[in-house]
Amino acid sequence: MAQTAAELSYTPYHRETSAFSGIFSWIFSTDHKRIGILYMISVLTMFIGGLCLGLLIRLELIAPGATVIDAPTYNAVFTLHGVIMIFLFIIPGIPAIFGNFIMPLQIGAEDVAFPRLNLLSWWLYISGAALLIIALFTGDKLPDTGWTFYAPYSTATEGNISLAVFAAFVLGFSSILTGLNFITTIHRLRAPGMTWFRMPLFCWGLYATAWIQVLATPVVGITLLLVILERGFGVGVFDPAIGGDPVLYQHLFWIYSHPAVYIMILPGMGVISDLLPAFTKRTIFGYKAIAFSTVSIAVVGYMVWGHHMFTSGMSGTAQIVFSFLTFLVAIPTGIKIFNWIASLYKGSIELRAPMLYTLSFIFLFSIGGLTGLVLGALATDMHVHDTYFVVGHFHYVMFGGLGIALFGAMHYWFPKMFGKMYNEAVAVVAWALIFVGFNVLYFPMFILGWNGMPRRYYDYLPEFQYWHVVSTIGSWILALGIFMMLFNLIRGITSGEKAEDNPWGASTLEWTVPSPPPLLNFLEPPHVTHGAYDFEAMNKGKKDSKKKKKGKK
Amino acid sequence: MDHAEHHEEHPMIGYGTYISVWLALLILTSLTVAIAGFDLGQYTTAVAMLVAVVKTTLVGLYFMHLRYEPKVFHYMILVTFLIMVVIVIFTFIDDYRFSYLNHEVQAEVHH
Amino acid sequence: MSHTANVAAPAHIHKDYNGAKIGMWLFLFTEVLLFGGLFLIYAVYRTAHSHDFAEAAKELNVVLGALNTAVLLTSSLTMALAIACIHRAKKTLALTYLGITILCALVFMVIKYIEWSGKISHGLYPGSEFIMANYSKGQRIYFGLYYSMTGLHALHVIIGATILTVMFYVIYQRPNETHRWDVFGKDALNGCRVAILDKDGNEKWGSEIDESVKQVHLKMRYYSTPKRIKHEDYVSLENSGLYWHIVDVIWIFLFPLMYLIG
Repeated sequence: MAQTAAELSYTPYHRETSAFSGIFSWIFSTDHKRIGILYMISVLTMFIGGLCLGLLIRLELIAPGATVIDAPTYNAVFTLHGVIMIFLFIIPGIPAIFGNFIMPLQIGAEDVAFPRLNLLSWWLYISGAALLIIALFTGDKLPDTGWTFYAPYSTATEGNISLAVFAAFVLGFSSILTGLNFITTIHRLRAPGMTWFRMPLFCWGLYATAWIQVLATPVVGITLLLVILERGFGVGVFDPAIGGDPVLYQHLFWIYSHPAVYIMILPGMGVISDLLPAFTKRTIFGYKAIAFSTVSIAVVGYMVWGHHMFTSGMSGTAQIVFSFLTFLVAIPTGIKIFNWIASLYKGSIELRAPMLYTLSFIFLFSIGGLTGLVLGALATDMHVHDTYFVVGHFHYVMFGGLGIALFGAMHYWFPKMFGKMYNEAVAVVAWALIFVGFNVLYFPMFILGWNGMPRRYYDYLPEFQYWHVVSTIGSWILALGIFMMLFNLIRGITSGEKAEDNPWGASTLEWTVPSPPPLLNFLEPPHVTHGAYDFEAMNKGKKDSKKKKKGKK
Repeated sequence: MDHAEHHEEHPMIGYGTYISVWLALLILTSLTVAIAGFDLGQYTTAVAMLVAVVKTTLVGLYFMHLRYEPKVFHYMILVTFLIMVVIVIFTFIDDYRFSYLNHEVQAEVHH
Repeated sequence: MSHTANVAAPAHIHKDYNGAKIGMWLFLFTEVLLFGGLFLIYAVYRTAHSHDFAEAAKELNVVLGALNTAVLLTSSLTMALAIACIHRAKKTLALTYLGITILCALVFMVIKYIEWSGKISHGLYPGSEFIMANYSKGQRIYFGLYYSMTGLHALHVIIGATILTVMFYVIYQRPNETHRWDVFGKDALNGCRVAILDKDGNEKWGSEIDESVKQVHLKMRYYSTPKRIKHEDYVSLENSGLYWHIVDVIWIFLFPLMYLIG
């Protein structure tokens, strides 16, 4: 192979010398790969924090009445769980970690378009996280508004909401900079021959995501700023006592936060579209359909925010329009799911750990998506609005979707990022625990919600206890699986076997560079001649280069 | 290293063009102020917005050089504009906002 | 390809001016939508309380508002002229126009200060007892929005002026050395002389160009001295200019919506 000679001469990115040394060579590095690793460490740290809070919520709910924490603390805990998981884990999640590390490799670029802005974005992320932690300890009480910061409670409560909201604003800025960077990178830095329709679908997912990041985040930015102004100066825009309309807050909040749901899921869908061909060794079914459905989800996603507000006192017309448009989202989503399933047909399926996560994604996300239709339909939503049904639904789409895709991506790109391999057997056991624990934890929520258990409640009627206990047990299994998975990956980094350049036999461009990649990614400038999942062309190209070498010898 | 690839330069826009645009902008500003004096009923704001859009177009095309930029800039601006329109239209579909707010005012009057 | 490149500043990153501009425009979109949220709120309340808004707007001084509009439009002009001058390598003129732009920003802020302080001294500010006692709900919202929108805009003026001041300094410290040769006609080079001078100005090598010379090849490293006006400066100045123009555009909408509805 071509790199045997090159291998001797190249330095992997994490061994590269720089102006700084030690930890500073990481936290001041503008290399997209180092920034990706920085994000991975910080985002997963936040995830573990949010996970512990989630376990605490489940533990409290194991029995009616007070169990381990008091009611105000419980309110703060679910608020923090939400804020951390949404703003610090799932929104940056895949784009910031794998978008940074993998996307430039996939399109054949040396780095992102604005490397320094990229570093700034990570620093803003860290600042946002720090501000959030400061907000916890500086108010009269902990923030307890829920992650949505609904007015007028958020403009009146004594917790240090202003700072918490400002933290979210800073995190939004970080997200905007990442999006801006990715759009420019994909427009300007694709390698020669890398046309739009030769790009891996992960890049399409990131591209659509980036547009939402750029065009939706500012709306929540101004909304959150107005909450701060409301608290500081009483501008009155959301305060009914002065003349404002709190429901308008909800509109503005969801104008961002519904598209934000697609910020969370589109990169996950992109990961799945990349993993499937790699483990079926065939081209993806309906490449263009998946690419266009990604874009159309992003577009339709702007027009459906009202379905979060069916019971908030919207006009009947608005309810019907938003309900109708919500169903439209199901079309591109369905296109994706059918294409993924069709991609399995006649593929040589290898059930390695990343593929197991991929298949679980399709299963769990389908449940999440279909229960979403129950919630999108006006009549049924009236029944299950603000119940555990909603909690179950969004954990199935967000955690079962994005979270599982992230875990899959962590296993799939692990050898590329670290040049090592994890223990496959442990990874499969951890996956099994996660899959079982997930369903035991979240499926009972559908039943609870259908029977009328409201979300965010501290206490509940005794008849709900059975399913709450089941759910809490599920949370333990899930947590066990996650810790096992993380432990396995960390052990892989420290003492795993050396990984090959392309251990999965995948066809996308990032697998043509050494593992781990050198500083500027490509030892020789790439020239792309075939589509991302064209295994035939890839194998043919390999044979040709082998022949050439033999000829030379 | 490809230093030879120069900054994609615009055709040099003459100082005169800028001055003319500036004059047009000032005239349009006085026009809006003048029109605000007349009562055009429901059209007052519409006319003011129309003038503002014309002014923005002038600033964009000449001062911001959009006339000379590649098409991709125009498409991106179009997308942003459409998103903005969508957001406004879909918020306005919820016309309970207005009856709610007016109800508040009426309640206040009754006090 | 070199493998000793610095991690902190990858030397190989290709300077992509169109890319830089796309990035700037994307940032401008976020600004547009940031204000867009406020304009949306304004539209909802104005629709509900059009009469109250018209009443409250009478408190504003149209003359000062119009004056500020003219100031900002003028600053936009001088900004565009500054960029045009940089393109023509006229550094002093460019700095003059840039200076006028910054001056306009200051004038804008002074007028803004006069307006705000006048109103605040009359008790016309959000949450004041005077407002709560004497104004209807719609009028209170009007003032809430007036301060939020013009305040956020003023913040952008300050940020813009700061950026322009930095750009002023960056360009100021570069000696005016950019030259442009426009060659017209077939024999434009005929009778010219090419020479290489050392640091004292003595000619190290020189040659006359006669009819036999058809081309002069200059093989040199561009941007070799760090202190020249570089192409990067064009694009930084252009991007700062874009930011400044968007601040102007937002005011183009704020002015009629706030001042001219009375």
